[in-house]
Formats: sequence, structure tokens, C-alpha cells
Amino acid sequence: MTLYKGYEAVIGLEIHVELKTKSKMFCACENGFGTEPNINCCPVCMGMPGALPTLNARAVDYAVMAGLALGGEINRLSEMARKNYFYPDLPKGYQITQGKYPIVAGGHLVIEGKRIGITRIHMEEDAGKLIHRGDLTLVDFNRCGVPLIEIVTEPDIESAAQAKAFLKKLRTVLLYTGISDCKMNEGSLRCDVNLSVRRPGGALGVRTEMKNINSFSFVEKAIEYEYRRQVNLLENGMTVVQQTRRFDEASGKTYPMRDKENAADYRYFPEPDLPPVYVSEERIESIKGSLPILPDERILMYEEKYGVPAKDGERLTALLENAELFEAAAKNCRYPQILAKQMLTFSTDAAIDLTPAQLCGIADLTGDGRINSSTAKTLLNLCQSSDIDPEEYAKAHDLFQISDRELLWQMLKKAAEADTKSAADYRNGKAAAGKALVGRVMAESRGRADAKILQELLQELKK
Amino acid sequence: MKQQTVYSLGRALRAGEISCLALTEECLSRIKKEGGTQGAFLSVLEEEALSAARAFDACPDYEKWSSALAGIPVAVKDNLMLKGAVCTCGSRMLAGFVAPYDATAVEKLKRAGAILVGKTNMDEFGMGSTGEHSAYGAACNPLDHSRVAGGSSSGSAAAVAGGSVPAALGSDTGGSVRLPVAYCGIVGMRPTYGAVSRYGLTAFCSSMDTVGPITKTVRDNALVYAAIVGIDPNDATGLSFDFSVPNVRHPIRIGVIEELMTDGISEEVRHAVQQASERFASLGMLVESVSIPETKGSLSAYYLISSAEASSNLARFDGVRYGHRAKDCADLGALYEKSKSEGFGSEVKRRIMLGNYVLKKENKEAYYERSLLVKRILRDAFARVFESYDVLLCPTAPDIAPRMGAIQTPEQMYAIDLCTVPMSLAGLPALSLPAGVTKDGMPIGIQLTGKAFSEGLLYALGILYEGGGTDDAI
Repeated sequence: MTLYKGYEAVIGLEIHVELKTKSKMFCACENGFGTEPNINCCPVCMGMPGALPTLNARAVDYAVMAGLALGGEINRLSEMARKNYFYPDLPKGYQITQGKYPIVAGGHLVIEGKRIGITRIHMEEDAGKLIHRGDLTLVDFNRCGVPLIEIVTEPDIESAAQAKAFLKKLRTVLLYTGISDCKMNEGSLRCDVNLSVRRPGGALGVRTEMKNINSFSFVEKAIEYEYRRQVNLLENGMTVVQQTRRFDEASGKTYPMRDKENAADYRYFPEPDLPPVYVSEERIESIKGSLPILPDERILMYEEKYGVPAKDGERLTALLENAELFEAAAKNCRYPQILAKQMLTFSTDAAIDLTPAQLCGIADLTGDGRINSSTAKTLLNLCQSSDIDPEEYAKAHDLFQISDRELLWQMLKKAAEADTKSAADYRNGKAAAGKALVGRVMAESRGRADAKILQELLQELKK
Repeated sequence: MKQQTVYSLGRALRAGEISCLALTEECLSRIKKEGGTQGAFLSVLEEEALSAARAFDACPDYEKWSSALAGIPVAVKDNLMLKGAVCTCGSRMLAGFVAPYDATAVEKLKRAGAILVGKTNMDEFGMGSTGEHSAYGAACNPLDHSRVAGGSSSGSAAAVAGGSVPAALGSDTGGSVRLPVAYCGIVGMRPTYGAVSRYGLTAFCSSMDTVGPITKTVRDNALVYAAIVGIDPNDATGLSFDFSVPNVRHPIRIGVIEELMTDGISEEVRHAVQQASERFASLGMLVESVSIPETKGSLSAYYLISSAEASSNLARFDGVRYGHRAKDCADLGALYEKSKSEGFGSEVKRRIMLGNYVLKKENKEAYYERSLLVKRILRDAFARVFESYDVLLCPTAPDIAPRMGAIQTPEQMYAIDLCTVPMSLAGLPALSLPAGVTKDGMPIGIQLTGKAFSEGLLYALGILYEGGGTDDAI
């Protein structure tokens, strides 16, 4: 970690995750994104007089799932609370959230060997959206009452890169559980950053909060900027003011938000319309049983069972689909390390569209030396989104590697005769000329020549 | 009609002695005639009621209704949502606001075949003990027009006592059903918290709000209660239980609460409670005095908790989506400020301010959390007392209905709730029934309180007290 002017950053994150439930948190309205404004609304989520919330049991299950996946303790009893403030996108004049008694306490994620603690996870409802049209401000209440969990970390994060890595890992784990689609661009994953700076080992500094940052790279940029801003303030003999700041995407800078945001007293109190939330031991056990095997466990398994290094395992497990694909292919594969390497030639941010049999087939053909790496690459690309059988395709198109020494020797000799200048240069010690000869053989064999044998034969040509 | 009960009208309807249309027309004409002087109604649903009555007469299928309310005209307090009807809650804030859905209690009345004839006057958002804090003028007491009807369910009590309707729904947070029925000489029940759905009842204090029936007799009250009680998927604080009015075969142990029989209670009221005790004793009950010192902190705790919740519950009236919206506001802050300043009356503003103060970070522990502690201690005290007694007896109000304008300060008004708020804090059912009149002829109410879900027992006792048998109550 390189420190800026000898200060270290102390960073904590608050991450809002929209839960992918069918209906909203406290009413039966559809929980949908991108529909026409004010379609998914009812007296409850519109805050009509007399309307009462009822808790969506699935949202509670999802919060428990997140807690278990992140190694937290599930509180058997938790409590909904009201957070009171005025804003036009908040129809009741308060948000139903959790205060003193959240559903999950503790938890952690390990990022590059460092343990980042999670303080708590609580459930709450989302607010609506303001739409500005010239002089007019309109409100869309569709998002009102969409269930959220808020994940609050300990101030364990030391850098922008670590924050980004944490968020990526968090997203991976949450995607595994299936409780959210975690799309930052659609707002289903949003991040607030708390940051202060200090001399190593010194007392904690005054922190600022940056709200609602909506991409990984903006989180990185906001932290970089705010870290330097605070250090420069202190270095110039000024002080950091505790405040909420806004990250401006265009300039890459942070600006203070209006004072009102900073002076808020939300007058929390227990939500009298909802009884305490009780989660039974049996319910927790059943949710535990429904969780998929999480990335860290898979990474360890890949290392032990298949000899795949953790760094590769990390990428293979970034998406559950790819992890499952790898495991299905590896089960029958004689060369799982080759399989892993070949899978990692694709982007791991998207699901790889090959069947386990295709992947296994290509890896085995490569491992057995029946095709060389350039043919493997061709086959991997060809098999995408198709039902080609790699071995049959290789056979039909005569793609198998030529490993017959005699045949290759003949081909090399033919090449030397065709390009006497290169042959002479090579014999006179010009290594580059050898490459030209190999190129000729490759062209002649349509890429099938065994490169290793060809190199050996090239040595013999000198004699 | 004026003296007719739900029970007697139901029999007349079934016997074909009167049509539902004729009954409804008579109610409507009484509402019109009395309306001007009483101020009991804020809106009358003439067309809707008449067409519902015609439909009822066309097909008086009692099997389908299976309820004593079939064909009976009923009025509803104006803080309950009745789809398509204006719902003001007694506030300028909601002038002209049309309810977009039916409250569960209202829907249950409809399903029971009741004919909904109008919405009744009330203290703004339920905040008041005399009915004088309605933005639309106070409902006056049908027995003496110079006196208040009592609040906050002022119009419902006045409408029933004045004979416009045989039954009405009120709501009771700190005594809003019990006080006006005591002042008007009729019967009202504050149900166990959670027994009747609050869905569609405009919230004042969510943890204590209840919906309760207002009728002329105890038997009628049980009939209406039976129609509205029951668990509702839309109200998460509801609790389910089987309601029935038992036959009282064993002597019931009745405790008269000492702390509510002291100097703060007028002599005539104390005398009435004394006489009621004697009557219960003569009916074979065991009556004795019981001390519950924990009731003493009730008033303060009640006003702090209810104001805290009210400050949050009334936040939604901000002029953005519905209700009063101030004109010519420069920005959002001004819109909130002006809309609320213009829309709310003084008592509501006072409680919002108090509630916000109580919930502020630096005050919460001293006021809000301490009040919750008082509430818990009181609940435990009641639970202890109910190990030795089945029912508690006390006055409903410290005195008879005050004259209009006599209550000058908030403290004077809050003191009226002295005998009703302990049950509210403890979530207990409490029945107020008339127990004689003063020498001026004004009625006095007594209050029977039981364990949670003991409504049946309270009704049984009340019916005995009235001089009836419980066998054919429901």
C-alpha cells in the first residue's frame, strides 16, 4: 500500500441491495424495474391514510440468506423501525427500516487474504424516484417499498482498490444466493462510502460520507479523490468537517451536500404497525440448506482436487454459472488444469456458452497432444453457442496435430529447399531465419505441426 | 325510530314490518333534520344508502347476510376509509379527500348487510376529548345542546344518542369511543388492541388505535362488535380469537379501582359507580376495592407516546400527493411548511411538536423510552390484578359532559382522559355503559375493563346490568 503524504485511509462501506422478490416489502404490488411510472402502486406504498404495512416473508428469507452467505449471525428476533424525514419520494414521511435490532449481526469477506468485517445487515424499504422535467418535478412511486438490505462494513478497508475488490466479491456472493441481480447501473446495488484519514497507528480522523455511488469505478475514483482531499486539508493546517458529500461523475470530485442533509435527526422509534420479526431455528436451517456452495469453498476445492491455483479459481468462480460449468466439465476431464486455463481465455464476467462435454473434449485433446494450442483456440471459439463435437469436428476437418517425426522432417527439409536463403542464414547462426522455416511448415500443415517436435528438428537441421 | 335498537329494528325488518328503504329514508331525514343543530355528520351518503336499501329490499336474503346488521343503517366515523366517500378526519388538511379504498371494518359492515348512511364528525385526527377540535365545528350533545358530545368520536355518539342511526363506528385511542358515549348516555366498546383490524383507520397512535362500536344498548354493541371483529391479513398487529358472549353462571370477581375513585372524580360520578357496584353485588357478583397505584403515571405516558407516534403518522399529510396543498410556494420547504400550517388545527400542531420533541435524540430516553417503561409496568400491574379479579370497574369520565367552550387549556382537556388511558396503554378491552344521570339529568358512564379478549364477558356483564339475559344476545 503506497501512502499519500504518509496518511492512511480508513474506509467503511454501506451497500444497498435491492432484493429480487416478486412483490414489494410491505404490500402485494409487483417489484419490477423499468415499467411505466406509477403503475406498481397501491394505498400501502403510496402512503394513503389508514393503509398498513405487512411484511414480505420472502424478503426476510433473502436477508437471512445474505447474512448466512456473508458469515453473519442471524438474530432470531429483530425489529422494524421508522426513520422520519420529509422528501417527496417518501410518501409516508418515514422510511420503514431497522434501527437498534437488525436481522443480521456481524459477518465478513476475505479480500486478498485480508478480512473485511461486516457490522450488520438490516432490511428496509426503498423510496420512489424524482423525475425533473424543466420547471416541473414529478414523482414515480414504483420503487417505493421495494425491499432492500443494507450491508454495513467495519472501517477495515484501506484503499480504493480494496474497496472495489470487496464490492466485486460481495456482488459475486450475492449473485450466488440469487437474492438480487446486483446491477449497479440499474440501482439494484448502490454504495455509500465513509472515509477518514490518519497517520499510521494514530487516532481516527473525522469522516465524510459519500452517498449513492453507482459504479465500481466511480467508487474507486471517489475514494481516490476524497482521500487526497482530506490529506491535503490536514497538510495545509485545515480540518476535515464531518459531512455528507456528493460524488460528481463528470469532474471526478466530491462536493458537500446541503446542510439540511447533515443536521438530520431521524427520530427513530420502533414501527408500531409491525410486530417484531421472528426467525425460527428451523427456518434458518432450511435457508442454510438452500444456499449454493459459495465461491471461497469452491476455490479451495479446485486447488485441492484439481490443482487449480487460487488466483485462477477466483476468476472461475466469479459467476456461479461458470463455476458450475467448470465443475461439470472437470468431473470427466483428464486435464482439469488445462480445462481451467482454456476457460479463462474467455471473459469471466459473462457466462461461457459451451457445454461441459465440449470443454472437457477440447481439454483432453490438448492434454493428449492430439491438437495443439492454436487448434484448441479455434475449437473453443467454434463451439461457442453451437452443438459441435470438438473431436468429430477435428477429425472431419483434419485438424489433429502432426507428431510424426519423419513426416515433419520431410516437411522441414522441403521448406529449407524452397527458401534456401533462410536455410543458409539459419545454418550461419541467425535464429530469426529458423522461425521463417517453421512458419513455412506451419502454413504447409495448416497449423497442425507439433511445435515442440518441430523445434527439435530445427536443431538437427544445423548439423 | 328514535328509541329503536339494532336488535328491535332487525326483528322488524325480518318480520316484514318495515322495509329497509323506509328505515333508511327515515334515518336520512333525521340526519337532515338534526344535522343543522347537532353537527354530528360531516357527509351524508344519501344516494348510495338509498340504492343499497333498494337492493336489500329487492333481495332480503338473511341467509346470505347471516348478521344482525342486515339492512340496518349505520354511520361511520370520518377517520375510517369508505371507498368513494369524502374522508376528512375532521381536518382542513383532508377537505374533499375521497377515500380510495374501504377500511376492513367498513368492508365487514358492508358484508354484514349494513346500510352506510354517512360519515360522522370528530376531533381532528382523533385528537381531542370534547369534539371541539373538529375543523368543521363541534358536534353538540343531543341531551343538552349547550354541552359537548365528547371526543373524539363526537359525531358517532351524537348520531346514535340523538336517534339518527341505531349504531355507529367510532375509534378509540385514549378514550375516544368511551368518553362521548358516557357523555351522551349510550354504550361504547374499546376492543382489545388487535381484535378489530385497523386497516383503513387513519392512524393517530398506531400502538393504541382501535375501532369500536357505538350503540344504545350493550346487546346492540355486541351485535356490531361481532360483525367487525376478526383477524385481517392487512393488519399485522391483529390477533385472532373466538368471540362469543358467555352465560354468566359463576360469581364474577369485580374490582373497583381505588385510584380512579379519588378527588379528581366528581362526587356524583363516584356515587354512580358506587351504586353500580351495589347493583353488581345484588346480581351475585363479588365486588371489592382494588388498588392499582401504577395507573398514576398513565396520563403523561399516554400523551408522550401518542404524540410521538402521531408526529410520524401525520407526516404523510405534506401536500404532495393528496390533501391540502398551499399555493404559491417558492420551494419544497415552503410547500411543506405552508401546507401543514394551513391544513392542521392547533391541537394537532401542538401534538406534532410535542411528538417531535419527545423523539429527538437528546430527549428520547428521558421521555419516549421512559413512557414505554411506564406502559410496561402498567401492563404488568393489570396482569397481576387480573389474577385476583375478572373485571375492573371505574368511572368512564371524571365528570359529565362539559359545556361548550368550558375546557380552556390542553391540561384541562387531557385530564378528562384520566380514567380511559390506562386501558389504552395496557391494550385492554373496556366497555362504557350508562349508569344513571345527575340531578341535572346528564348521563354518567361507568367503565368495565377485562383481560385481553374478554369482550364477551364484558358484554355479558353489561347485558345483565341492563337487565337482560345473555341467552339470546347474539
